[in-house]
Amino acid sequence: MTVEGTAQRKNARGSSKRTTAKKATSAKKASPAKTRNSGGPEAEQNQLVQLLTPEGKRVEHPDYSIDLSADELRGLYRDMVLTRKFDAEATTLQRQGELGLWASLLGQEAAQIGSGRALRDDDYVFPTYREHGVAWCRGVDPTNLLGMFRGVNHGGWDPNSNNFHLYTIVIGSQTLHATGYAMGVQKDGADSAVIAYFGDGASSQGDVAESFTFSAVYNAPVVFFCQNNQWAISEPTEKQTRVPLYQRARGYGFPGVRVDGNDVLACLAVTKAALERARTGQGPMLIEAFTYRMGAHTTSDDPTKYRADEERAAWEAKDPILRLRTYLEAEGLVDEAYLASIDEESEALGKRVRDAVRAMPDPDDMAIFENVYADGHALVDEERAQFAAYQASFADADAVAEGN
Amino acid sequence: MAVFEKITIAKAINESLRASMEADPKVLVMGEDVGKLGGVFRVTDGLQKDFGEERVIDTPLAESGIVGTAIGMALRGYRPVVEIQFDGFVFPAYDQIVTQLAKMHARALGKVKVPVVIRIPYAGGIGAVEHHSESPEALFAHVAGLKIVSPSNSSDAYWMLQQAIAGDDPVIYFEPKRRYHDKSRLDTESIPDPLHKARIARTGSDLTLAAYGPMVKVCQDVANVAAEEGKSLEVVDLRSLSPIDFDTVQSSVQKTGRLVVVHEAPVFFGAGAEIAARITERCFYHLEAPVLRVGGFHSPYPPSRLEDEYLPGLDRVLDAVDRALAY
Repeated sequence: MTVEGTAQRKNARGSSKRTTAKKATSAKKASPAKTRNSGGPEAEQNQLVQLLTPEGKRVEHPDYSIDLSADELRGLYRDMVLTRKFDAEATTLQRQGELGLWASLLGQEAAQIGSGRALRDDDYVFPTYREHGVAWCRGVDPTNLLGMFRGVNHGGWDPNSNNFHLYTIVIGSQTLHATGYAMGVQKDGADSAVIAYFGDGASSQGDVAESFTFSAVYNAPVVFFCQNNQWAISEPTEKQTRVPLYQRARGYGFPGVRVDGNDVLACLAVTKAALERARTGQGPMLIEAFTYRMGAHTTSDDPTKYRADEERAAWEAKDPILRLRTYLEAEGLVDEAYLASIDEESEALGKRVRDAVRAMPDPDDMAIFENVYADGHALVDEERAQFAAYQASFADADAVAEGN
Repeated sequence: MAVFEKITIAKAINESLRASMEADPKVLVMGEDVGKLGGVFRVTDGLQKDFGEERVIDTPLAESGIVGTAIGMALRGYRPVVEIQFDGFVFPAYDQIVTQLAKMHARALGKVKVPVVIRIPYAGGIGAVEHHSESPEALFAHVAGLKIVSPSNSSDAYWMLQQAIAGDDPVIYFEPKRRYHDKSRLDTESIPDPLHKARIARTGSDLTLAAYGPMVKVCQDVANVAAEEGKSLEVVDLRSLSPIDFDTVQSSVQKTGRLVVVHEAPVFFGAGAEIAARITERCFYHLEAPVLRVGGFHSPYPPSRLEDEYLPGLDRVLDAVDRALAY
């Protein structure tokens, strides 16, 4: 029984939804270009796994139930608020010239925190360059994420200390690394799983297709977590695909499911299920988290040039943090004092990030030659020595000048 | 293990893979057709039978996938030895090799290692169709983070591959496919040269010929013919292109005063240009003639009926030798 199959049967069971879905599907067929990305037709909405509505109401799903303690629920809220704060701070730091670039996750907190909190410590994460929330869940210090954007390194953390690989900038490359890593996990006989993050734009890349092929052929324990944030820089999802992304999995022989990416509970539940599936030898699964990137692709583009304000406004109504807060308040799980304490923690994090970035030292000149090779290389040794002598010549000149 | 007398390069590579897999359970062989078939050149013949499908992995026909998943397995602690079926087929994997494999150790500030070895049967002379005879070594040697080697005989084929597999850096191991069935002595007992050390294949005093892979034999033949004409040529087998052992070439050129570099790849922006520039810098006052290069033309690799004209052979190399000696 595939997850996807279950979702389809569920649609068929709900009689009122069925009628609506059918109409929407036929309309889509007649005019595929009208399959707008800004929320999608109702048929697509109905396929979303959702446990918390945009209004903050708790709903059930037959395949993905979740029962969290009050602490766990508050923890998800805290994670999302702090991640958003970190992200906002980084955006500001870019505007102030402290960072060369920033890829904001604004709007994608639920997809990242939900999936990130589904992971076990021994699972391994292969992120793209926007997974700041997942990094948070893995315990990577957020200031470590900023080094590459400030230009002091290409990734300043040890991937093996948090089982969180370096950010990958070439779109989709990491899905193959995740698949190979998962094949290794399988060979080791370990029961951990691997998760590969990528976006809707990356789904067009050959490497993503090849990773689907390899993972299916070898039944590798890898979960593909696609955050469909509707835009690949200025290109909407309809420029990447003519079928809903989660449906692509079927062609490779593994299940795909679309989850409300702004619903942290659903993201958590679905990712947990997919990881469990992988761990128990049932192979890969594709999760499409249907979400929205509220800001720019990176600080270097201008979304007002390619998308309508109304679209963002429509998605703001589905804000992942607001809906959880509404739920927590309605259930009496948080009070003013708690919310104020999170805000305070958030301010402190912002300050820590600002101070850390400004205090981040430029790397030593000789870092150019470090770690190019693990076992050394004669040319690198030669160039290092030449450059060191060249640098030293200035010191000698300075010393002579001072002596005079 | 025995000292093999006269063994083909293909068999030497097979024995090398076998020895590496026996020595380290983390060594894996993967690629298209490497299992049951034993590779299109039978270089991996019998390995899957002896080591199983878990260690000799037949892959989907997707080169980027082969290299990309090998990177992932290396990150997990394995030592994958990947076979790209032919030189011209490496390009779908070029992105993974250049943007990922080459840079990952540096990006992680040395915290991760990606010891992936990529075996590529390369270069021409076997009458193949297009994309089956190319010499893309310069495209890889230009990329920091990769090591590039190419053996020219069975003993080197055997040892250099094991050294490449045992090292912690990514290595592109270019196999001279037209020499696969040439037999030479395999010595499994003497201590081998370091992986990146050039070898004096023949000593001489009038001119140095520098070559690697399939062209070493051509240069040795040239030296034999030249000897009949009373010229004494030294042949340096570079063995490694990244890094290049310039010290050995320099010593030779300081002795002979002349250098001709020979390779199959197009001369333009090729290994010869790098060697000529470096040796000119190092040996300016020893050189009796400019460094000359003999190689392929700035054209796509030609249809096989023309490859004898395209590939450096005895006459083209002898012509360059004569020109260098005429200064």
